[in-house]
Amino acid sequence: MRFSLKIWRQPSAETKGSFAMYQVDDITGDMSFLEMLDVLNEGLIARGEDPVAFDSDCREGICGACGMMISGQAHGPEVTTTCQLHMRSFTDGDTIVIEPWRANAFPVLKDLVVDRSAFDRIIQAGGYITVNTGAAPEAHSVPVPKPNADRAFDAATCIGCGACVAACPNASGMLFMAAKVTHLGELPQGQPERASRVVKMVNQHDHEGFGGCTNIGECAGACPKEIPLDVISQLNNDMRHAMRHQPS
Amino acid sequence: MAVTGAIFVGYVALHMYGNLMAFGGQQTFDTYAHHLRTFGQPMLPYSGLLWVVRLVLVLSLVGHVYAAFKLWSRADSARSTKYAVKKATKATFSSKWMRWGGVALLVFVIWHILQFTTRTVTPGGDSDSPYLRLVNGFSVWWVFLIYVVALFALAMHLRHGIWSACQTLGWTSSVLSARIVNAIAIAIAVIIPLGFVLPPFFILIGVLN
Repeated sequence: MRFSLKIWRQPSAETKGSFAMYQVDDITGDMSFLEMLDVLNEGLIARGEDPVAFDSDCREGICGACGMMISGQAHGPEVTTTCQLHMRSFTDGDTIVIEPWRANAFPVLKDLVVDRSAFDRIIQAGGYITVNTGAAPEAHSVPVPKPNADRAFDAATCIGCGACVAACPNASGMLFMAAKVTHLGELPQGQPERASRVVKMVNQHDHEGFGGCTNIGECAGACPKEIPLDVISQLNNDMRHAMRHQPS
Repeated sequence: MAVTGAIFVGYVALHMYGNLMAFGGQQTFDTYAHHLRTFGQPMLPYSGLLWVVRLVLVLSLVGHVYAAFKLWSRADSARSTKYAVKKATKATFSSKWMRWGGVALLVFVIWHILQFTTRTVTPGGDSDSPYLRLVNGFSVWWVFLIYVVALFALAMHLRHGIWSACQTLGWTSSVLSARIVNAIAIAIAVIIPLGFVLPPFFILIGVLN
């Protein structure tokens, strides 16, 4: 397969970026999107040019490191991560536009690499439970009803890739934040800090410069882990409860 | 946004119901319009309730518009470099109309008040009878056209607004409740604009005169 790639090139965070056109040949449908970029980069390095910088780590769809806007869709046309997107999802001869996540809270570091540490700071603000660490406790010591456990687990599948922010017309981090609020809020261990958690996380989210949620639903559509939109309602519910009961 | 929006939904529902009185003829409609002003007398002064409603609506409008522009400006400053290519995959048609549709509604409300409340602009001719003002106004085709465009914006606003308000209030935390709320939002977004368009439509084709 042969593709034309229109890729955002930006040498550093301080410099202005622009699009550059590239051609890649000898791509097979079984290659992942990142492998296709690897082929491009090998060619660029052989010609003595600067390779295209992009994030990747596990390449198994579970770490959340990779992520880019592919022809206007976060992680491209399939519901998965960029590393698990295969070139068979495209048609031979396609022109593919590749951009970094666009959000001021995720500044571009180089080319397609953005700094997502704003997410880490949201988690640090309240996305945890305060317990003494040590050996894992006996799982049956705290019973959790199956529906709650399932919902908590579904929400906990969030890998923090940032696709929700990238896809959101408001560049809001609501789905990411709501996934964590729902995950911990469904479990007994999450209850003591439930009210203060949502307030602290939302404050940090707004402080980082993310936009506000207008319940469009693009986030849930882009999420490679299919986190549903109802977690945002859950966050709002927790927030309303927290405001009524003044957390310490 | 959600609370002030809910006030507007309640208001347009009552307003739509009141407008349907036009089908009862001039006397029914004019009695209804007069009754709105004598409502609550003698406990309330003449037009007392009407002014309470107007005050609540104006305060709601200020809150609603403030929140809307706040969200708009936050969205703008949260993404100063726009995408070269951006596809919407899940966004409903109505959700894309909220901002400019809302501005359109605001402009229409000003026009509507100038036409029927202050009677500053009276295409088709002024009258002391609210019923005749209604008939005169909507006998003019472009007045009807403006109305239809405004109702389209209203339908879009109701469809996404009702869903969004329930989500903001945290009432759609399960798949089932989200589905129910969406169905209710669509139903209200069809029923209210339909109820609004009926009297002007029958005036335009000459059935009500």
